[in-house]
Amino acid sequence: MEILIKFLVAAVGAGTPLLFGTVGEILTEKTGHLNLGVEGMMSIGACVGFMVGYYTDNFALAILASAAAGAFSALIYAVLTVTFMANQNVTGLTLTIFGIGFANFIGIFILNKTPEGTLKLPENITAAMRGISISGLSELPVVGELLFSYSPFVYIGIIIACISAWYLNHTKAGLNLKAVGENPGAADAAGIKVTSVKYRNIILGGAICGIGGVYCSMIINGGVWISNNVGGLGWIAVALVIFANWQPAYAILGSFVFGALRVLKYYIPQSVLPFPIAFYDMLPFLITALVLVISSMRKSGRINLPAALGLNYFREER
Amino acid sequence: MKKLLSLLVVSAMVVSLCACGSNQSTQEPAETAETTEATETTEGTTEATGVMPAIAKEDIKVGVIHITDPAEGSGYTYTHDLGIQGMQKNIGLDDSQIVRKNNVNDSDATAIENAIRECIEEGCNIIFATSWGFMDTCEALAEEFPEVIFSHGTGYKSNGVNFNNYFGRIYQARYLAGIAAGLKTESNKLGYVAAMGQDNSEVTGGINAFAMGAYSVNPDCEVYVKVTNSWFDPEGETQAAQALVDLGCDVIAQHCDTPNPQTVAEQNGVWGVGYNSDMSKDAPDAVLTSVMWDWSVYYTYAVQSVIDGTWSGENYFGGMADGLVDIAALSDLCAEGTQEAVDAARDQIINEGFNVFDGVIETNDGSTVGAEGATLSDAEITGSMNWYFKNVVVK
Repeated sequence: MEILIKFLVAAVGAGTPLLFGTVGEILTEKTGHLNLGVEGMMSIGACVGFMVGYYTDNFALAILASAAAGAFSALIYAVLTVTFMANQNVTGLTLTIFGIGFANFIGIFILNKTPEGTLKLPENITAAMRGISISGLSELPVVGELLFSYSPFVYIGIIIACISAWYLNHTKAGLNLKAVGENPGAADAAGIKVTSVKYRNIILGGAICGIGGVYCSMIINGGVWISNNVGGLGWIAVALVIFANWQPAYAILGSFVFGALRVLKYYIPQSVLPFPIAFYDMLPFLITALVLVISSMRKSGRINLPAALGLNYFREER
Repeated sequence: MKKLLSLLVVSAMVVSLCACGSNQSTQEPAETAETTEATETTEGTTEATGVMPAIAKEDIKVGVIHITDPAEGSGYTYTHDLGIQGMQKNIGLDDSQIVRKNNVNDSDATAIENAIRECIEEGCNIIFATSWGFMDTCEALAEEFPEVIFSHGTGYKSNGVNFNNYFGRIYQARYLAGIAAGLKTESNKLGYVAAMGQDNSEVTGGINAFAMGAYSVNPDCEVYVKVTNSWFDPEGETQAAQALVDLGCDVIAQHCDTPNPQTVAEQNGVWGVGYNSDMSKDAPDAVLTSVMWDWSVYYTYAVQSVIDGTWSGENYFGGMADGLVDIAALSDLCAEGTQEAVDAARDQIINEGFNVFDGVIETNDGSTVGAEGATLSDAEITGSMNWYFKNVVVK
């Protein structure tokens, strides 16, 4: 029982970076722009956030910096695809390659200058990013550990996902956003400023991805800088968008389920189920395939794929 | 379309011409090298032991193929590069005599081949390839460039002339680390984050040596193993270490690249044993000691033997007595008496011929390995160690 709770706690921890990446990508894709640069935006966020934390010793500032860095990298993508109508897939892939390279370059550049040969975050930040503790609540048996023991990132992620869900479905700006993603021509005719909506939401999505990145460099790697620290999570986030059916609320569920699948191999007792480790490595992707098959067979269910996803909007060709 | 096709054909021809050209040019000096060697040996003046001609110190040029960037903190490449730097200092080579190729993906045969060819074009006559995956390319190129010496780390192939492999008895150091961990643990549960499973001799041998070291001072303790199934997986290494802590382990040892298991130990208020380099810089409040390589021992030996003309082409499998492997200085976190116990075991290994896997060894499935009064052969240690010592638990 105790190990089950530990497993669930680990699953939430493993799912959190995916949650940020997925929600950020949902907002981006709702504009009709498929940004395959999630991995790159997360890497840039991871690097900038980490370095700001390293030099300023300020946790809040580090998170803000990572969001700003993610937003800036998304701005590059937006300028290229919205204004200059570049191919979205190619631009996104380029952003991924650039982002990883940028982060590794800056990381090694700063690492080379440290006398100790290691980049370790100051104690202040390590303490801030550790699990919270609310007196009275965190001590409760089971519930305390399951709900009130995580790092602040987990709560920030869930709050961002909830706000995004509300924003998409219950605000005028969110409805405008969905209209742009479905049919930019019609939205334009209805008086929505298509370019502005696209820019705002792509940048917003990038900022959220950036925070997910700093989770990787700060929490997953325990506050010690390592190259390639996002390690492919950005790609899983892109897949999770489909899993979550473009709904931020489902993204919470999806990312935690994926997190659980990723840590499952360390918590299932090998003596009970002696599957080879490779089986567990395969499991998340097997589940993805199953979900895709089931969701495409389901006729009644609405698929929220934005109709204009991947298509650049040429105003003159309306 | 036609234009494109002809362009392709032409470029293919040019490439093949270049390839032919370079082949010829490389074969010639090879032949002359062989003849000079032949004349030397027939004269029978000096150094008949070497299989390659001696190269003067000023003419030595060392190529190093790294799988990642040596600046990277604590891991594998960092340790190898420290070894190269140590060799450079010991022998007194100039910076221009070392050529490094970093971030060479060891599963990308083309990238490996390009990196090695670049080294040779820059005039390298000794090439150290530090990662497992470089093996087959080294084997092929050793045939093509018989005047260049290829030395490959961690593999098993060699040709006895200009291509050997080198590795070390890291299990000896792990035995000492096991002693430190066994004396420290309070829960009698030691955790071990392993890169590969039971089918990998290198990793399994390390786990066994660690477990036997711990058992020698604390027969009640058990070693819990979690396998990440990857040589480099920062997230998985963190998660595996956390899972071990969740099982109640209070010392986390590791056979993987990143210091993540140590930082996990630090954050959970337990202890750990690092690997590759001294990880106490990454997690000062957790690391008891680290299992370390000193590759400069081998690199100095190899380059010096080329200078002396004694390069034998034999494989190298150094141990604690050579200074190739050891543990880092024990930290203040270690239990009382650890230093004495470690020193005694080190003395046994270096001076009394103790080789960890001596005598009859009980495995965790109830069978036994080895024979009374004998020790496991190197081939068994490096190639077929697929059993776990009796106090190892796969959870």
